[in-house]
Amino acid sequence: MVTILEVNETNKMIEQEKLDVRTITLGISLLDCCDADLDALNRNIYDKITRLAKDLVSTGREIELEYGIPIVNKRISVTPIALVGGRACRSPEDFVEVAKTLDKAARDTGVNFLGGYSAIVSKGMTPTDEALIRSIPAALSSTERVCSSVNIGSTKTGINMDAVKLMGEIVRETAEATKENNSLGCTKLVVFCNAPDDNPFMAGAFHGVSEGDAVINVGVSGPGVIKNALEGVRGENFEVLCETVKRTAFKVTRAGQLVAQEASERLGIPFGIVDLSLAPTPSVGDSVAGILEEMGLESAGAPGTTAALALLNDQVKKGGIMASSFVGGLSGAFIPVSEDRGMIDAVNRGALTLEKLEAMTCVCSVGLDMIAIPGDTSASTISGIIADEAAIGMINHKTTAVRLIPVIGKDVGDTVEFGGLLGYAPVQQVNRFGCADFINRGGRIPAPIHSFKN
Amino acid sequence: MNKTIITVVGKDAVGIIAKVCTYLADNQVNVEDISQTIVQGYFNMMMIVDTSRSSKPYAGMVAELDDLGDEIGVKIRCQREDIFTKMHRI
Repeated sequence: MVTILEVNETNKMIEQEKLDVRTITLGISLLDCCDADLDALNRNIYDKITRLAKDLVSTGREIELEYGIPIVNKRISVTPIALVGGRACRSPEDFVEVAKTLDKAARDTGVNFLGGYSAIVSKGMTPTDEALIRSIPAALSSTERVCSSVNIGSTKTGINMDAVKLMGEIVRETAEATKENNSLGCTKLVVFCNAPDDNPFMAGAFHGVSEGDAVINVGVSGPGVIKNALEGVRGENFEVLCETVKRTAFKVTRAGQLVAQEASERLGIPFGIVDLSLAPTPSVGDSVAGILEEMGLESAGAPGTTAALALLNDQVKKGGIMASSFVGGLSGAFIPVSEDRGMIDAVNRGALTLEKLEAMTCVCSVGLDMIAIPGDTSASTISGIIADEAAIGMINHKTTAVRLIPVIGKDVGDTVEFGGLLGYAPVQQVNRFGCADFINRGGRIPAPIHSFKN
Repeated sequence: MNKTIITVVGKDAVGIIAKVCTYLADNQVNVEDISQTIVQGYFNMMMIVDTSRSSKPYAGMVAELDDLGDEIGVKIRCQREDIFTKMHRI
Protein backbone atom coordinates (compact mmCIF):
# COMPACT_ATOMS: atom_id res chain seq x y z
CA MET A 1 0.00 0.00 0.00
CA VAL A 2 1.30 3.46 -0.83
CA THR A 3 2.30 5.63 2.10
CA ILE A 4 1.52 9.24 2.82
CA LEU A 5 5.20 10.09 2.29
CA GLU A 6 5.20 8.63 -1.21
CA VAL A 7 1.97 10.37 -2.09
CA ASN A 8 3.35 13.68 -0.86
CA GLU A 9 6.61 13.17 -2.76
CA THR A 10 4.77 12.62 -6.04
CA ASN A 11 2.45 15.56 -5.51
CA LYS A 12 5.36 17.80 -4.56
CA MET A 13 7.07 16.82 -7.84
CA ILE A 14 3.95 17.79 -9.74
CA GLU A 15 3.01 20.95 -7.84
CA GLN A 16 6.34 22.51 -6.93
CA GLU A 17 8.91 20.92 -9.23
CA LYS A 18 6.88 21.07 -12.43
CA LEU A 19 6.85 17.35 -13.23
CA ASP A 20 4.70 16.92 -16.27
CA VAL A 21 4.03 14.74 -19.23
CA ARG A 22 5.25 17.06 -21.93
CA THR A 23 3.43 15.45 -24.79
CA ILE A 24 1.23 12.62 -25.92
CA THR A 25 2.06 12.33 -29.58
CA LEU A 26 -0.11 10.26 -31.89
CA GLY A 27 1.93 8.94 -34.80
CA ILE A 28 -0.14 8.34 -37.92
CA SER A 29 0.98 6.63 -41.11
CA LEU A 30 -0.26 8.46 -44.19
CA LEU A 31 1.18 5.98 -46.68
CA ASP A 32 -2.30 4.65 -47.47
CA CYS A 33 -3.46 8.20 -48.32
CA CYS A 34 -1.32 8.43 -51.48
CA ASP A 35 -3.16 9.41 -54.62
CA ALA A 36 -2.18 10.86 -58.00
CA ASP A 37 -4.80 13.58 -57.60
CA LEU A 38 -3.90 16.43 -55.24
CA ASP A 39 -7.46 17.05 -54.05
CA ALA A 40 -7.98 13.36 -53.33
CA LEU A 41 -4.67 13.22 -51.47
CA ASN A 42 -5.62 16.19 -49.32
CA ARG A 43 -9.02 14.70 -48.58
CA ASN A 44 -7.51 11.32 -47.65
CA ILE A 45 -4.98 12.97 -45.34
CA TYR A 46 -7.54 15.16 -43.62
CA ASP A 47 -9.99 12.29 -43.14
CA LYS A 48 -7.42 9.88 -41.74
CA ILE A 49 -5.92 12.34 -39.27
CA THR A 50 -9.25 13.64 -38.00
CA ARG A 51 -10.62 10.11 -37.71
CA LEU A 52 -7.72 8.70 -35.69
CA ALA A 53 -7.07 11.80 -33.60
CA LYS A 54 -10.61 12.88 -32.86
CA ASP A 55 -10.44 11.80 -29.21
CA LEU A 56 -6.75 12.55 -28.62
CA VAL A 57 -7.16 15.88 -26.86
CA SER A 58 -10.18 14.88 -24.76
CA THR A 59 -8.51 11.60 -23.72
CA GLY A 60 -5.40 13.52 -22.73
CA ARG A 61 -7.50 15.84 -20.57
CA GLU A 62 -9.29 12.90 -18.98
CA ILE A 63 -6.02 11.23 -17.97
CA GLU A 64 -4.65 14.51 -16.71
CA LEU A 65 -7.65 14.95 -14.48
CA GLU A 66 -7.77 11.41 -13.11
CA TYR A 67 -4.10 11.13 -12.27
CA GLY A 68 -3.56 14.74 -11.35
CA ILE A 69 -0.50 15.08 -13.59
CA PRO A 70 -0.40 17.83 -16.23
CA ILE A 71 -0.21 16.69 -19.85
CA VAL A 72 1.03 19.87 -21.46
CA ASN A 73 0.71 19.06 -25.15
CA LYS A 74 -1.25 16.73 -27.35
CA ARG A 75 0.33 16.40 -30.75
CA ILE A 76 0.37 14.46 -33.99
CA SER A 77 3.23 13.20 -36.12
CA VAL A 78 2.76 11.87 -39.63
CA THR A 79 4.72 10.00 -42.29
CA PRO A 80 7.29 12.28 -43.96
CA ILE A 81 5.18 14.19 -46.46
CA ALA A 82 7.80 13.91 -49.21
CA LEU A 83 6.93 10.19 -49.32
CA VAL A 84 3.19 10.72 -49.19
CA GLY A 85 2.91 13.56 -51.68
CA GLY A 86 5.19 12.08 -54.33
CA ARG A 87 2.53 11.12 -56.87
CA ALA A 88 0.30 14.16 -56.53
CA CYS A 89 2.70 17.02 -55.90
CA ARG A 90 4.53 18.21 -58.97
CA SER A 91 5.79 21.50 -57.60
CA PRO A 92 6.60 23.15 -54.28
CA GLU A 93 3.24 24.96 -54.52
CA ASP A 94 1.42 21.61 -54.56
CA PHE A 95 3.21 20.64 -51.35
CA VAL A 96 2.13 23.89 -49.70
CA GLU A 97 -1.48 22.80 -50.28
CA VAL A 98 -0.74 19.61 -48.34
CA ALA A 99 0.79 21.72 -45.53
CA LYS A 100 -2.44 23.71 -45.35
CA THR A 101 -4.45 20.50 -45.13
CA LEU A 102 -2.24 19.31 -42.26
CA ASP A 103 -2.69 22.65 -40.53
CA LYS A 104 -6.46 22.40 -40.83
CA ALA A 105 -6.45 18.83 -39.52
CA ALA A 106 -4.32 19.94 -36.57
CA ARG A 107 -6.64 22.82 -35.78
CA ASP A 108 -9.77 20.71 -36.07
CA THR A 109 -8.42 17.99 -33.77
CA GLY A 110 -7.25 20.60 -31.26
CA VAL A 111 -3.54 19.69 -31.21
CA ASN A 112 -1.05 22.53 -30.99
CA PHE A 113 1.57 21.09 -33.36
CA LEU A 114 1.69 18.51 -36.12
CA GLY A 115 5.09 17.23 -37.24
CA GLY A 116 6.11 15.38 -40.34
CA TYR A 117 6.34 17.97 -43.07
CA SER A 118 9.60 16.23 -43.69
CA ALA A 119 12.01 14.66 -46.12
CA ILE A 120 14.63 11.99 -45.45
CA VAL A 121 17.53 12.79 -47.75
CA SER A 122 20.49 11.41 -45.86
CA LYS A 123 22.08 9.97 -49.01
CA GLY A 124 20.31 11.51 -51.96
CA MET A 125 17.35 13.66 -52.90
CA THR A 126 14.56 12.65 -55.27
CA PRO A 127 12.89 15.45 -57.26
CA THR A 128 9.94 15.10 -54.87
CA ASP A 129 12.16 15.47 -51.82
CA GLU A 130 13.63 18.58 -53.32
CA ALA A 131 10.22 20.03 -54.15
CA LEU A 132 9.12 19.50 -50.55
CA ILE A 133 12.26 21.08 -49.17
CA ARG A 134 11.89 24.08 -51.48
CA SER A 135 8.29 24.49 -50.31
CA ILE A 136 9.25 24.72 -46.61
CA PRO A 137 9.52 28.55 -46.40
CA ALA A 138 6.08 29.01 -47.97
CA ALA A 139 4.59 26.11 -45.98
CA LEU A 140 5.81 27.39 -42.62
CA SER A 141 4.81 30.98 -43.33
CA SER A 142 1.30 30.05 -44.43
CA THR A 143 0.50 27.59 -41.64
CA GLU A 144 0.39 27.88 -37.88
CA ARG A 145 0.83 24.40 -36.43
CA VAL A 146 2.82 22.46 -39.01
CA CYS A 147 6.40 21.51 -38.10
CA SER A 148 9.03 20.53 -40.58
CA SER A 149 12.23 18.50 -40.43
CA VAL A 150 14.81 17.29 -42.90
CA ASN A 151 17.25 14.47 -42.24
CA ILE A 152 20.44 15.26 -44.14
CA GLY A 153 22.77 12.54 -42.90
CA SER A 154 23.27 9.39 -40.89
CA THR A 155 26.04 7.18 -39.59
CA LYS A 156 25.09 4.56 -42.16
CA THR A 157 24.91 6.84 -45.19
CA GLY A 158 27.25 9.73 -44.51
CA ILE A 159 26.21 13.35 -45.03
CA ASN A 160 24.38 14.62 -48.07
CA MET A 161 26.25 17.90 -48.56
CA ASP A 162 23.97 19.03 -51.41
CA ALA A 163 21.09 18.87 -48.94
CA VAL A 164 23.19 20.65 -46.30
CA LYS A 165 23.83 23.47 -48.76
CA LEU A 166 20.16 23.65 -49.69
CA MET A 167 19.05 23.67 -46.06
CA GLY A 168 21.26 26.66 -45.26
CA GLU A 169 19.35 28.54 -47.95
CA ILE A 170 15.98 27.20 -46.81
CA VAL A 171 16.57 28.25 -43.19
CA ARG A 172 17.37 31.77 -44.43
CA GLU A 173 14.36 31.87 -46.74
CA THR A 174 12.10 30.68 -43.93
CA ALA A 175 13.46 33.44 -41.72
CA GLU A 176 12.75 35.99 -44.47
CA ALA A 177 9.27 34.60 -45.10
CA THR A 178 8.36 35.04 -41.43
CA LYS A 179 10.38 38.19 -40.67
CA GLU A 180 7.28 40.13 -39.54
CA ASN A 181 7.09 37.62 -36.71
CA ASN A 182 10.72 37.47 -35.49
CA SER A 183 11.45 34.78 -38.09
CA LEU A 184 9.22 32.43 -36.12
CA GLY A 185 9.05 29.94 -39.01
CA CYS A 186 12.57 28.75 -38.15
CA THR A 187 11.41 27.61 -34.70
CA LYS A 188 9.36 24.97 -36.54
CA LEU A 189 12.19 23.70 -38.75
CA VAL A 190 14.77 21.12 -37.65
CA VAL A 191 17.70 19.78 -39.67
CA PHE A 192 18.66 16.31 -38.43
CA CYS A 193 21.42 13.76 -38.66
CA ASN A 194 20.35 10.26 -37.51
CA ALA A 195 16.72 11.32 -36.95
CA PRO A 196 14.77 8.73 -34.94
CA ASP A 197 11.49 7.35 -36.33
CA ASP A 198 9.62 7.59 -33.05
CA ASN A 199 10.47 10.98 -31.56
CA PRO A 200 7.38 12.51 -29.91
CA PHE A 201 8.93 15.95 -29.41
CA MET A 202 8.42 18.89 -31.75
CA ALA A 203 9.51 20.38 -33.99
CA GLY A 204 11.35 17.24 -35.15
CA ALA A 205 8.64 14.61 -34.73
CA PHE A 206 7.63 12.49 -37.70
CA HIS A 207 6.11 9.03 -38.01
CA GLY A 208 8.86 6.93 -39.56
CA VAL A 209 8.27 4.29 -42.23
CA SER A 210 9.40 1.59 -39.79
CA GLU A 211 6.32 2.31 -37.66
CA GLY A 212 2.84 0.76 -37.79
CA ASP A 213 -0.39 2.41 -38.88
CA ALA A 214 -0.78 4.44 -35.68
CA VAL A 215 1.13 4.60 -32.44
CA ILE A 216 1.11 6.50 -29.14
CA ASN A 217 4.45 7.92 -28.04
CA VAL A 218 4.81 9.87 -24.84
CA GLY A 219 7.42 12.41 -23.86
CA VAL A 220 8.00 13.07 -20.17
CA SER A 221 9.94 15.91 -18.72
CA GLY A 222 11.03 17.13 -15.31
CA PRO A 223 14.25 19.15 -15.05
CA GLY A 224 12.87 20.74 -11.87
CA VAL A 225 12.45 17.34 -10.22
CA ILE A 226 16.07 16.37 -10.93
CA LYS A 227 17.37 19.74 -9.74
CA ASN A 228 15.39 19.47 -6.54
CA ALA A 229 16.66 15.94 -5.87
CA LEU A 230 20.24 17.16 -6.38
CA GLU A 231 19.76 19.93 -3.86
CA GLY A 232 19.55 17.17 -1.28
CA VAL A 233 23.02 15.78 -2.13
CA ARG A 234 25.13 18.96 -2.30
CA GLY A 235 28.83 18.25 -1.76
CA GLU A 236 28.43 14.47 -2.09
CA ASN A 237 30.68 12.54 -4.52
CA PHE A 238 29.86 11.60 -8.12
CA GLU A 239 28.58 8.16 -7.22
CA VAL A 240 25.89 9.69 -5.04
CA LEU A 241 25.18 12.37 -7.64
CA CYS A 242 24.71 9.79 -10.43
CA GLU A 243 22.60 7.51 -8.29
CA THR A 244 20.30 10.40 -7.38
CA VAL A 245 19.77 11.41 -11.02
CA LYS A 246 19.12 7.80 -11.99
CA ARG A 247 16.58 7.16 -9.23
CA THR A 248 14.72 10.35 -10.00
CA ALA A 249 14.71 9.66 -13.76
CA PHE A 250 13.26 6.22 -12.97
CA LYS A 251 10.32 7.74 -11.10
CA VAL A 252 9.63 10.32 -13.77
CA THR A 253 9.68 7.70 -16.54
CA ARG A 254 7.29 5.46 -14.64
CA ALA A 255 4.75 8.27 -14.60
CA GLY A 256 5.21 8.62 -18.37
CA GLN A 257 4.86 4.90 -18.91
CA LEU A 258 1.57 4.89 -17.00
CA VAL A 259 0.17 7.78 -19.02
CA ALA A 260 1.32 6.16 -22.26
CA GLN A 261 -0.37 2.86 -21.42
CA GLU A 262 -3.59 4.56 -20.34
CA ALA A 263 -3.70 6.70 -23.48
CA SER A 264 -2.99 3.68 -25.65
CA GLU A 265 -5.75 1.64 -24.01
CA ARG A 266 -8.36 4.39 -24.08
CA LEU A 267 -7.69 5.36 -27.68
CA GLY A 268 -7.32 1.76 -28.86
CA ILE A 269 -3.97 2.61 -30.47
CA PRO A 270 -0.78 0.63 -29.72
CA PHE A 271 1.81 2.07 -27.34
CA GLY A 272 5.16 2.83 -28.95
CA ILE A 273 7.76 4.34 -26.68
CA VAL A 274 8.34 6.63 -23.75
CA ASP A 275 10.84 9.38 -24.46
CA LEU A 276 12.38 10.57 -21.25
CA SER A 277 13.84 13.90 -22.15
CA LEU A 278 14.57 16.67 -19.74
CA ALA A 279 12.83 19.34 -21.75
CA PRO A 280 13.14 22.74 -20.12
CA THR A 281 10.62 25.57 -20.32
CA PRO A 282 11.20 29.28 -19.78
CA SER A 283 9.47 29.20 -16.39
CA VAL A 284 11.52 29.42 -13.20
CA GLY A 285 12.69 26.06 -11.84
CA ASP A 286 12.25 24.15 -15.10
CA SER A 287 15.78 24.50 -16.42
CA VAL A 288 18.48 22.03 -17.52
CA ALA A 289 21.09 24.74 -16.98
CA GLY A 290 19.79 24.89 -13.40
CA ILE A 291 20.69 21.19 -12.94
CA LEU A 292 24.22 21.75 -14.26
CA GLU A 293 24.66 24.69 -11.90
CA GLU A 294 23.29 22.66 -9.01
CA MET A 295 26.03 20.10 -9.73
CA GLY A 296 28.59 22.77 -8.89
CA LEU A 297 29.12 25.01 -11.91
CA GLU A 298 29.06 28.76 -11.39
CA SER A 299 27.19 29.09 -14.67
CA ALA A 300 26.17 26.81 -17.51
CA GLY A 301 28.98 27.14 -20.06
CA ALA A 302 31.77 27.17 -17.46
CA PRO A 303 34.55 24.57 -17.77
CA GLY A 304 33.08 21.27 -16.59
CA THR A 305 29.75 21.90 -18.37
CA THR A 306 30.27 19.19 -21.00
CA ALA A 307 31.20 16.61 -18.36
CA ALA A 308 28.23 17.57 -16.20
CA LEU A 309 25.87 17.30 -19.17
CA ALA A 310 27.37 13.95 -20.25
CA LEU A 311 26.81 12.56 -16.79
CA LEU A 312 23.26 13.91 -16.66
CA ASN A 313 22.33 12.58 -20.09
CA ASP A 314 23.70 9.12 -19.35
CA GLN A 315 22.12 8.75 -15.92
CA VAL A 316 18.76 9.93 -17.23
CA LYS A 317 18.91 7.19 -19.89
CA LYS A 318 19.93 4.55 -17.32
CA GLY A 319 17.10 5.43 -14.96
CA GLY A 320 14.63 5.61 -17.82
CA ILE A 321 15.59 2.27 -19.34
CA MET A 322 15.01 0.51 -16.03
CA ALA A 323 11.56 2.09 -15.78
CA SER A 324 10.12 1.26 -19.18
CA SER A 325 10.71 -1.62 -21.58
CA PHE A 326 10.29 0.71 -24.52
CA VAL A 327 12.37 3.81 -24.17
CA GLY A 328 12.96 5.56 -27.45
CA GLY A 329 12.86 8.84 -29.29
CA LEU A 330 15.60 11.17 -28.17
CA SER A 331 15.72 10.39 -24.41
CA GLY A 332 18.28 12.47 -22.55
CA ALA A 333 18.67 16.17 -21.86
CA PHE A 334 17.64 18.92 -24.27
CA ILE A 335 19.66 22.10 -24.31
CA PRO A 336 17.53 24.62 -26.20
CA VAL A 337 18.61 28.16 -25.44
CA SER A 338 15.40 30.16 -25.76
CA GLU A 339 13.33 27.61 -23.87
CA ASP A 340 15.57 27.48 -20.80
CA ARG A 341 15.87 30.47 -18.51
CA GLY A 342 19.20 29.26 -17.10
CA MET A 343 20.67 28.97 -20.61
CA ILE A 344 19.42 32.45 -21.52
CA ASP A 345 21.02 33.88 -18.36
CA ALA A 346 24.27 32.03 -19.13
CA VAL A 347 24.37 33.53 -22.65
CA ASN A 348 23.59 37.00 -21.29
CA ARG A 349 26.37 36.87 -18.73
CA GLY A 350 28.84 35.80 -21.42
CA ALA A 351 29.38 32.29 -20.06
CA LEU A 352 27.83 30.34 -22.92
CA THR A 353 28.91 30.69 -26.54
CA LEU A 354 27.79 28.94 -29.70
CA GLU A 355 31.06 26.98 -29.74
CA LYS A 356 30.53 25.72 -26.18
CA LEU A 357 26.98 24.77 -27.11
CA GLU A 358 28.37 22.77 -30.02
CA ALA A 359 30.68 20.89 -27.67
CA MET A 360 27.72 20.18 -25.40
CA THR A 361 25.78 18.67 -28.30
CA CYS A 362 28.35 15.87 -28.46
CA VAL A 363 26.91 14.55 -25.20
CA CYS A 364 23.33 15.88 -25.01
CA SER A 365 20.37 14.13 -26.58
CA VAL A 366 19.93 16.37 -29.61
CA GLY A 367 21.79 19.42 -30.84
CA LEU A 368 22.00 23.17 -31.40
CA ASP A 369 18.47 24.07 -30.51
CA MET A 370 16.48 27.29 -30.50
CA ILE A 371 19.45 29.57 -30.94
CA ALA A 372 18.87 33.06 -32.30
CA ILE A 373 21.65 34.30 -34.57
CA PRO A 374 22.12 37.60 -36.44
CA GLY A 375 19.69 38.11 -39.34
CA ASP A 376 22.50 38.79 -41.77
CA THR A 377 24.19 35.40 -41.22
CA SER A 378 24.84 33.93 -44.68
CA ALA A 379 23.26 30.73 -45.97
CA SER A 380 26.68 29.12 -46.35
CA THR A 381 27.56 29.86 -42.70
CA ILE A 382 24.28 28.25 -41.61
CA SER A 383 25.13 25.27 -43.83
CA GLY A 384 28.57 25.12 -42.22
CA ILE A 385 27.02 24.95 -38.76
CA ILE A 386 24.61 22.24 -39.98
CA ALA A 387 27.54 20.26 -41.45
CA ASP A 388 29.51 20.49 -38.18
CA GLU A 389 26.55 19.29 -36.18
CA ALA A 390 25.78 16.47 -38.63
CA ALA A 391 29.42 15.36 -38.49
CA ILE A 392 29.19 15.07 -34.69
CA GLY A 393 26.09 12.93 -35.06
CA MET A 394 27.47 10.78 -37.86
CA ILE A 395 30.77 10.00 -36.16
CA ASN A 396 29.29 9.46 -32.70
CA HIS A 397 26.28 7.33 -33.73
CA LYS A 398 23.87 9.79 -32.19
CA THR A 399 21.02 12.05 -33.21
CA THR A 400 22.06 15.63 -33.73
CA ALA A 401 19.98 18.50 -34.98
CA VAL A 402 20.12 22.16 -35.77
CA ARG A 403 17.30 24.60 -35.11
CA LEU A 404 18.77 28.05 -35.68
CA ILE A 405 16.77 31.23 -36.04
CA PRO A 406 18.53 33.89 -38.11
CA VAL A 407 16.30 36.72 -36.91
CA ILE A 408 15.93 39.16 -39.81
CA GLY A 409 16.71 42.71 -38.74
CA LYS A 410 18.26 41.67 -35.40
CA ASP A 411 21.88 41.55 -34.33
CA VAL A 412 24.04 40.53 -31.37
CA GLY A 413 22.80 42.38 -28.29
CA ASP A 414 19.12 42.17 -29.26
CA THR A 415 16.68 39.85 -27.54
CA VAL A 416 13.93 38.11 -29.47
CA GLU A 417 10.60 36.96 -28.06
CA PHE A 418 9.02 33.83 -29.59
CA GLY A 419 6.20 33.42 -27.09
CA GLY A 420 4.87 30.57 -24.95
CA LEU A 421 6.96 27.43 -24.59
CA LEU A 422 9.32 28.70 -27.30
CA GLY A 423 10.53 31.43 -24.94
CA TYR A 424 12.91 34.26 -25.76
CA ALA A 425 16.54 34.39 -26.81
CA PRO A 426 19.44 36.79 -26.93
CA VAL A 427 20.90 36.93 -30.45
CA GLN A 428 24.23 35.12 -30.31
CA GLN A 429 27.50 35.82 -32.01
CA VAL A 430 28.37 33.55 -34.95
CA ASN A 431 31.93 33.03 -36.19
CA ARG A 432 32.39 35.55 -39.01
CA PHE A 433 34.91 33.61 -41.09
CA GLY A 434 33.48 32.11 -44.27
CA CYS A 435 33.06 28.49 -45.40
CA ALA A 436 31.32 29.05 -48.76
CA ASP A 437 33.96 27.27 -50.84
CA PHE A 438 33.68 24.21 -48.61
CA ILE A 439 29.87 24.13 -48.76
CA ASN A 440 29.75 24.78 -52.52
CA ARG A 441 31.79 21.68 -53.38
CA GLY A 442 28.66 19.56 -53.64
CA GLY A 443 28.26 15.81 -53.30
CA ARG A 444 28.43 13.63 -50.23
CA ILE A 445 30.67 13.02 -47.25
CA PRO A 446 31.05 9.21 -47.15
CA ALA A 447 29.89 7.15 -44.20
CA PRO A 448 32.55 6.70 -41.49
CA ILE A 449 34.64 3.55 -41.29
CA HIS A 450 32.97 2.33 -38.10
CA SER A 451 29.57 2.23 -39.83
CA PHE A 452 30.58 -0.88 -41.79
CA LYS A 453 29.43 -3.58 -39.46
CA ASN A 454 27.98 -6.08 -41.90
CA MET B 1 -9.20 -3.08 -7.93
CA ASN B 2 -8.55 0.45 -9.08
CA LYS B 3 -8.24 2.52 -5.91
CA THR B 4 -8.24 6.26 -5.54
CA ILE B 5 -6.09 8.40 -3.29
CA ILE B 6 -7.59 11.52 -1.79
CA THR B 7 -5.19 13.98 -0.19
CA VAL B 8 -6.19 16.93 1.93
CA VAL B 9 -3.59 19.55 2.76
CA GLY B 10 -4.09 22.90 4.45
CA LYS B 11 -4.50 24.85 7.64
CA ASP B 12 -6.01 22.77 10.42
CA ALA B 13 -9.62 23.50 11.34
CA VAL B 14 -12.55 21.81 13.05
CA GLY B 15 -14.48 19.31 10.94
CA ILE B 16 -12.24 18.78 7.92
CA ILE B 17 -12.45 14.97 8.05
CA ALA B 18 -16.18 15.11 8.79
CA LYS B 19 -16.91 17.24 5.76
CA VAL B 20 -14.81 15.16 3.39
CA CYS B 21 -16.27 11.89 4.73
CA THR B 22 -19.82 13.20 4.48
CA TYR B 23 -19.25 14.02 0.82
CA LEU B 24 -17.80 10.56 0.20
CA ALA B 25 -20.65 8.81 2.04
CA ASP B 26 -23.23 10.79 0.07
CA ASN B 27 -21.62 9.53 -3.12
CA GLN B 28 -21.22 5.84 -2.09
CA VAL B 29 -17.46 6.08 -1.93
CA ASN B 30 -15.98 3.64 0.57
CA VAL B 31 -13.04 4.76 2.72
CA GLU B 32 -10.56 1.92 3.21
CA ASP B 33 -7.70 3.63 4.99
CA ILE B 34 -6.90 7.02 6.48
CA SER B 35 -3.56 8.35 7.62
CA GLN B 36 -3.20 11.85 8.90
CA THR B 37 -0.59 14.11 10.47
CA ILE B 38 -0.38 17.70 11.55
CA VAL B 39 2.94 19.40 10.85
CA GLN B 40 3.36 22.90 12.26
CA GLY B 41 -0.37 23.55 12.31
CA TYR B 42 -0.82 22.18 8.79
CA PHE B 43 -3.26 19.40 8.26
CA ASN B 44 -2.09 16.59 5.98
CA MET B 45 -4.38 13.64 5.30
CA MET B 46 -4.36 10.77 2.86
CA MET B 47 -7.32 8.47 2.27
CA ILE B 48 -7.42 5.32 0.19
CA VAL B 49 -10.93 4.97 -1.18
CA ASP B 50 -12.89 2.69 -3.45
CA THR B 51 -15.10 4.50 -5.96
CA SER B 52 -16.40 1.42 -7.78
CA ARG B 53 -19.90 1.66 -6.25
CA SER B 54 -20.26 5.36 -6.86
CA SER B 55 -22.35 6.49 -9.80
CA LYS B 56 -20.59 9.83 -9.97
CA PRO B 57 -18.30 10.29 -12.99
CA TYR B 58 -14.65 10.54 -11.97
CA ALA B 59 -14.19 14.01 -13.43
CA GLY B 60 -17.23 15.25 -11.50
CA MET B 61 -15.83 13.95 -8.24
CA VAL B 62 -12.46 15.58 -8.85
CA ALA B 63 -14.15 18.91 -9.50
CA GLU B 64 -16.58 18.70 -6.56
CA LEU B 65 -13.85 17.74 -4.10
CA ASP B 66 -11.82 20.65 -5.36
CA ASP B 67 -14.79 22.96 -4.72
CA LEU B 68 -15.30 21.43 -1.27
CA GLY B 69 -11.65 22.14 -0.52
CA ASP B 70 -12.11 25.79 -1.47
CA GLU B 71 -15.10 25.96 0.85
CA ILE B 72 -13.18 24.53 3.84
CA GLY B 73 -9.98 26.37 2.98
CA VAL B 74 -7.83 23.32 2.20
CA LYS B 75 -6.50 21.72 -0.98
CA ILE B 76 -8.19 18.43 -1.84
CA ARG B 77 -6.78 16.25 -4.60
CA CYS B 78 -8.31 13.08 -5.93
CA GLN B 79 -6.04 10.86 -8.05
CA ARG B 80 -6.00 7.25 -9.19
CA GLU B 81 -3.65 5.17 -7.05
CA ASP B 82 -1.59 3.91 -10.02
CA ILE B 83 0.36 7.14 -10.38
CA PHE B 84 1.86 6.54 -6.93
CA THR B 85 2.36 2.77 -7.04
CA LYS B 86 3.96 2.89 -10.49
CA MET B 87 6.34 5.60 -9.38
CA HIS B 88 7.39 4.15 -6.04
CA ARG B 89 7.14 0.37 -6.50
CA ILE B 90 9.10 -1.84 -8.87
